[in-house]
Amino acid sequence: MSGEEVEITPDVTAERIRKYLEQEKRFDGRKTDEFRELIIEKNISKKAEGSVRVKIGKTEVLVGIKMGIAEPYPDSPDKGNLMVTAEFLPLSSSRIELGPPKFNSIEVGRIVDRGIRESKFIELEKLCIKKGKKVWTVFIDIYTINDDGNILDAAGIGAVAALKLAKIPKYDEENEKILYDEHQGNMPLRKINPFTITVHKIGQHLILDPTREEEDVSETRITVGSSEGIIYSLQKGNSGYFSVEEIQKSFDIVEKAWKELFKKVEGQLK
Amino acid sequence: MTTKNFQRPDGRKLNEMRPFEAKVGIIPNADGSAMYKSGDTIAIAAVYGPKKMHPQHSQNPEKGTLRCTYNMNSFSVSDRIRPGPSRRSTEISKITEWALEPVLMLDKFPNMVVDVHINIIQADAGTRCAGINAAAMALAHAGIPMRDMVSSVSVGKLDKTIVVDLSKEEEDFEEGDGPTDIPISMTHSGNITHFQLDGKIESKQLMEAIEMAKKSCEEIYEVQKKALKDSINMEEEA
Repeated sequence: MSGEEVEITPDVTAERIRKYLEQEKRFDGRKTDEFRELIIEKNISKKAEGSVRVKIGKTEVLVGIKMGIAEPYPDSPDKGNLMVTAEFLPLSSSRIELGPPKFNSIEVGRIVDRGIRESKFIELEKLCIKKGKKVWTVFIDIYTINDDGNILDAAGIGAVAALKLAKIPKYDEENEKILYDEHQGNMPLRKINPFTITVHKIGQHLILDPTREEEDVSETRITVGSSEGIIYSLQKGNSGYFSVEEIQKSFDIVEKAWKELFKKVEGQLK
Repeated sequence: MTTKNFQRPDGRKLNEMRPFEAKVGIIPNADGSAMYKSGDTIAIAAVYGPKKMHPQHSQNPEKGTLRCTYNMNSFSVSDRIRPGPSRRSTEISKITEWALEPVLMLDKFPNMVVDVHINIIQADAGTRCAGINAAAMALAHAGIPMRDMVSSVSVGKLDKTIVVDLSKEEEDFEEGDGPTDIPISMTHSGNITHFQLDGKIESKQLMEAIEMAKKSCEEIYEVQKKALKDSINMEEEA
């Protein structure tokens, strides 16, 4: 768009992806609404309060939770703070250049942030130490390791999983020191799973979990942060449009995919 | 609380927008410009271009580039905001490009860029929608070939009730389920080019919200169209 992204999927490949979709087929044999294999590896960093490696096919991201002490925001004096950042590491793709954060990393951070925040997944009111003065800040940091498409959903699933594993460190109030090696309990979470699931539109077709090549061909996408049919956040991305019918269809696809993801994530976090 | 007796703080009907107005041709230097105002939210937009894209490596030989920048004036809100780009404004700039690009015939301008600068002078919720409405008019005013118009409105759910064009006071609503903010932009033919949501809603009710947005966008479209026509008449008279 603004010349930042380099298109490397050749036109012939794009053409073939579209042709395959005419017959509801994809290169890797998946159905249009089927995710690649999801693997979650727990606690990949001892220093993090909670962390995971999420693999969706060849796509891989790391998500880590850190906690710190800060002043609350003026509009939420009795609630903990939440901060989500995403970084597209140059090591994860030949397309990513060094330099200040590009738009896609800002967008991933903001979409994951809104899914977690709007669903009130973290009980931030339980992370207040002294009203108006001192609260916990929860940092969710996302790093791409290998970008083979659908970083967005991997990041969102990773954030939910890492939070479920996170433990709050002890806080020594007298000396104002965080004792990172000692824990005072689990992250206070509501019993929901606000995964972000993205539906992509290629021609007349709606697909889930695109590979890098498919993502390049995608005309537009809609990312839905939801849990058990309740939608908490949503964002349409890229130029292109959806008809009202396509939006309705996307919601149905998301609801079905959420159920499958939920089972897989639960199974792997046990 | 039932939908029937839900009272909006400013007494509006559920499907009633704030008083809104549009004006085209407000910045003489620009190739196209417009203002859109809804209640106390005021957005202005100016279009410069198509002009040659610099640096050269950013040029796209297949089609022109749309470049939008959304900016809030530091004094447009109660707590002064730090001037300059933020993560929020960067995202809204991109969202605005995505909302408008589907109707622009940019293939007519290879290697060129069309700059759209949006400024929020006064903010009382719905600023991205006001910015998109102003920008769409400014693009038409600049004579950029367009397939359709884009109109934008924020629909919201306050507790259980769907209402249109939230004010800041409504955005901060805290009873029951609280507020759900759903900014939507549509072409006049009814395709959705921009869609966001923050809050809590079931998909069935969300479909109702889209229908409400569609009706409001039709009203906005008429005002945009009239403002564009009026600008031509004014130029002829001058």
